[in-house]
Amino acid sequence: MDELRELYQSLILDHSRHPHNFKVLDSANRTADGYNPLCGDQITLYMNVENDVIKDISFQGQGCAISKASTSIMTTILKGKTIAEAQSIFNKFQHMIKTGEYDIDQMGKLAVLAGIHKYPVRVKCAILPWHTAINSLKSEDKAKIFSTE
Amino acid sequence: MIFDVNSIRQDFPNLHQTVNGKPLVYLDNAASTHKPQSVIEAVRKFYSEYNANVHRALYRYATEATEAYEASRDKVARLINAPDRRSIIFTSGTTESINLIAYAWGRHNLGPGDEILVTEMEHHSNLIPWQLTARDTGATLKFIPITADGALDLSNPDQYFTARTKLVAFIQQSNVFGTINPAKQIIEMAHQVGALTIVDAAQSVPHHQVDMTELDCDFLAFSGHKMLGPTGIGVLYGKPELLEAMEPFLGGGEMIQSVTMEKSTWNEIPWKFEAGTPKIAQVIGLGTAIDYITAIGFEAIVKYEKELTDYALSALSALEGITIHGNAHQRGPVISFNVKDVHPHDLAQFLDQEGIAIRAGHHCTQPIMQKLGVPATSRASFSLYNTKAEIDILIESIANTIRFMTG
Repeated sequence: MDELRELYQSLILDHSRHPHNFKVLDSANRTADGYNPLCGDQITLYMNVENDVIKDISFQGQGCAISKASTSIMTTILKGKTIAEAQSIFNKFQHMIKTGEYDIDQMGKLAVLAGIHKYPVRVKCAILPWHTAINSLKSEDKAKIFSTE
Repeated sequence: MIFDVNSIRQDFPNLHQTVNGKPLVYLDNAASTHKPQSVIEAVRKFYSEYNANVHRALYRYATEATEAYEASRDKVARLINAPDRRSIIFTSGTTESINLIAYAWGRHNLGPGDEILVTEMEHHSNLIPWQLTARDTGATLKFIPITADGALDLSNPDQYFTARTKLVAFIQQSNVFGTINPAKQIIEMAHQVGALTIVDAAQSVPHHQVDMTELDCDFLAFSGHKMLGPTGIGVLYGKPELLEAMEPFLGGGEMIQSVTMEKSTWNEIPWKFEAGTPKIAQVIGLGTAIDYITAIGFEAIVKYEKELTDYALSALSALEGITIHGNAHQRGPVISFNVKDVHPHDLAQFLDQEGIAIRAGHHCTQPIMQKLGVPATSRASFSLYNTKAEIDILIESIANTIRFMTG
């Protein structure tokens, strides 16, 4: 199987067809919209943040398999993390997705996305949910809109 | 001349490349076409044998460059059957051509109470300039709607064409649906209410005969790179009396007649609208692209591209889960579609793996995407050098992707 199929295989089976936390979060005290106008990807993140801890997180929206899977995985990772931890994971994730280099102990299940660095146009798809989340977490605005363009 | 696609393909060096070890199947011609060797050679020859600025110096190469540059203007005029070569202004592309009218005509002739009529089918290049013009002048922007078939809904013309309509701007052939709009009819309706017309012909001029005498439009815009020519070159056609009455667009060298410290007078048309050193190599390349198209002839091109399009439409429709957007009777070689449960970007990524280049996205027509209720579509668009064998590869690869993604 070629690399692209391998990449999709692991993503799609786990997350794109059956995304985790794909729902509106009733307890949300923070929402963030992310757009990739180039692709038409659109996600809404719902977060419940208390004392700098992401107590719960979910999402809705539409997009390609990569953006959907990346968002799904992100929600499972960020649940229970502090804002500072989220920022730190994001920095390592961003490095991995752009270079393909990562430490498996740090990246865990995010590592399935490492192969995307070979498809530079798609990096934006994978990073969209992270940019949206981090931008929102750092912002005073509790209904933040983020666009990649 | 006999239309022989295999011999035509020999003229295009870029078609013989491989992607991921597979032959390139280039189906993104509505975005940009490849260039025949003759065009590449014309550009090379200018730079390596008679490179000089035009309309200025007296030395030999400057004269040669000027002659070649102006000869292209005659070729463009003949291609679109414009009676007067002064109607042909070289710009950087369709976008600049339309903006030129928006600035040099729109901002001096429109005001509150006036209406600019466009369609819901426009490429952003024929929408944003008018949004900005409306914002700056107080004019109102109105829209001719589209039907579910991807055609213009002209059933209530009195609603859109009124005494307040001052300009009608529309796309002649849709870059999403492929629909060929009834340009002559729209232009007549515009003229009946005293409005001027500008036709976005970026997708039509490369594929069929567009005739200024027959259409009687006031302005028309198209690009070189979508019709086998270089990038960075486009054309604005305008009726001479309108161009003469208009204010200049860009100020600078070439567009002036006399200059004092205080004021200046303008050069004659078309040069009044060609400020600064023009795109000399690109203009010469465009002239050569026109020679190439003319030698084959639009009759043969239309016939062949229709065969390809019909073939692709019927093969695509036979696939499970495919929605084709646009079903107009009159159409060009452009097909937009969506595949159930497969996002266009995922599809395009898998096709790229097979060496197939299609476009996936909103095609610079976000309002159409909103109307269709999709974030993006996939689009295959053909040129005279594509083959049925390439379409077979496309269809097979789409089928494989559907199986992989949904199976």
